[in-house]
Amino acid sequence: MPVFEAFRLALQTIRAQKLKSGFSLLGVFIGVASLIAAWSIVNGGNRYMTEKFAQTLFGVNTFQLRRRPMFTPNVPDSVWRAWWRRPRIKFSDAEAVSAALTVPVVTAWQSSENVSVFYGGKEARDIELTTASERYFDIKNLRLALGRPFTAQENRSGVPVAVLGDAVAKRLFADRTPLERSVRIGGIAYRVIGVVEKQGSILGFPLDRFVVVPALSPAQNLVNPPGVLDAFLVKAQSEIEMREAMEVAEGVMRSRRHLRPKQDNNFVLDTSEGVQRFWAGISRILVVVLPNIVVVSLVIGGIVIMNIMLMSVAERTREIGLRKALGARRRDVLRQFLAESAAIATVGAAFGIVAGIGLTLLINAASPLPATVSPLSVVLGVVMGAGVGVVAGVYPASRAARLDPIAALRQE
Amino acid sequence: MTAPAPDLIIFTQDLVREYDMGGEVVRALQGVSLQIKQNEYVAVMGPSGSGKSTLMNLIGCLDTPTSGEYWLNAQKVSDLDDDALARIRNKEIGFVFQTFNLLPRATALHNVELPLIYAGHGARERRAQAQHALERVGLADRMEHRPNELSGGQRQRVAIARALVNEPSILLADEPTGNLDSTTSGEIMQVFAELHRQGQTIVMVTHEHDIAAHAARVVTLRDGLIATDQRQAA
Repeated sequence: MPVFEAFRLALQTIRAQKLKSGFSLLGVFIGVASLIAAWSIVNGGNRYMTEKFAQTLFGVNTFQLRRRPMFTPNVPDSVWRAWWRRPRIKFSDAEAVSAALTVPVVTAWQSSENVSVFYGGKEARDIELTTASERYFDIKNLRLALGRPFTAQENRSGVPVAVLGDAVAKRLFADRTPLERSVRIGGIAYRVIGVVEKQGSILGFPLDRFVVVPALSPAQNLVNPPGVLDAFLVKAQSEIEMREAMEVAEGVMRSRRHLRPKQDNNFVLDTSEGVQRFWAGISRILVVVLPNIVVVSLVIGGIVIMNIMLMSVAERTREIGLRKALGARRRDVLRQFLAESAAIATVGAAFGIVAGIGLTLLINAASPLPATVSPLSVVLGVVMGAGVGVVAGVYPASRAARLDPIAALRQE
Repeated sequence: MTAPAPDLIIFTQDLVREYDMGGEVVRALQGVSLQIKQNEYVAVMGPSGSGKSTLMNLIGCLDTPTSGEYWLNAQKVSDLDDDALARIRNKEIGFVFQTFNLLPRATALHNVELPLIYAGHGARERRAQAQHALERVGLADRMEHRPNELSGGQRQRVAIARALVNEPSILLADEPTGNLDSTTSGEIMQVFAELHRQGQTIVMVTHEHDIAAHAARVVTLRDGLIATDQRQAA
């Protein structure tokens, strides 16, 4: 009997015994659905972390010279206290590093503090005031929805102009244009010259509650002591050039701080790697747990299929006897039952793929994760599903193939 | 032992079949030598326990003898392995069972196609041959019916069509009328008579004398041996 015939027969049998087949393909269904959905989540998480999270917080090929790392989960108190004892980064540090860099880079100063911003009788509370130099917008990839960013000239001169985050503009101005209006930040009047496009949120944190003003404008005194900044941002054109710039910056800073060769840095050159390492830890857990869920479901699925197939062989003993009497060889019977269990498992896998894709779409819609179905997970799902079916079918099928036709035909 | 004469479809020499029944050896056949020629119509009779089912299984290549030889259509089949016997059953033997043994979920046409699937024929050829076989037994208008939509006589005719579809050397019928009323039994016997007239060799096991009366030759078994072997006017 050709393989094609075996599969046609298998599908007929599955159709005829919907309920039984439904149960038997449940395990494979769950296994494949969880494989695809979990794979999508890990993938989506990876993309989210590397593209959106890391880039929003740091920018591509960008490092920050800071007193302490920006993203610091689970740090013991002793380390935290040591960080706070470190010297601050000074304007002069930034200038010295800038002067020493040999690769083409874009740099910006940045300091931040939470403040309230007022317009007329309205107050926007808990707004992140960032004093920055003009290239900050480029490095952070902030595009303006209205108006313009401030210029190098305005920065150097300390002109009180402000670029608002979307949420701030909405809160203070509602539908009216904020451009050329005067807002008050720490009692100082700032002229609004631009509004940044809506950034949305990241892991639930709103990204639009900020105001950016020139680093040397009067509000700098609200943020840091004179001559001090939180971070010096350096964006290179490639990862290699970023590494090169980091080495230069490290040398300059160590020499300025008079560190001896055995002393550790008392500053950090922070990159998005820290964030990504944190995420890698989470995703490693998923990557370890996920295959176990899938394997357990598939093993259970296989056992269920094997039992159903054994039942099926027992129920159809007479049919097997008849087929043998009519000329079916052992391998024909073997093939028929293998095809049947493989078909059950493959149908289960197919439903699992549909459910997995559905789950992925659901996650996409209901969470910020850009979960996408990996084609490889679909292929793997089908292959593993069919494989489970074949493996689970071997024993029942060989029992069927070995049946004695006389005894089988006599069975009631 | 040399090959039997070419016009012999079935040639057995001292067929012995022993069963091991819990340590005790039972001799179901004690040495049966039987010769059946092309286009013979033979009924095998005998009380239960006479060995007629055992002989039937051996002739049908469902079983192999403990000793003795069996030549079917000039081929020695008594020492073939399982798969080779399956080929022989597929090509040389058409079975008709007492209980019809049709696949309940398959149409009449598909039931008749079954032996052709194992013979490896293509779908179109199978369909044509199965249709022809169903026409031969007068079921041209019932091809797409399932067994539960057919009467007992119609079911047995589907089974006969299935037995004929590979154009076997022998039609082997095991109590073909055992589950049928007398009118329907008569119809089935007419089908057999017509097939015999067309040249088909038929071997039929029965315990009913009026059914055996349709055959041209009656072989009676008793205690694993041939007791009588008579030709009669049909």
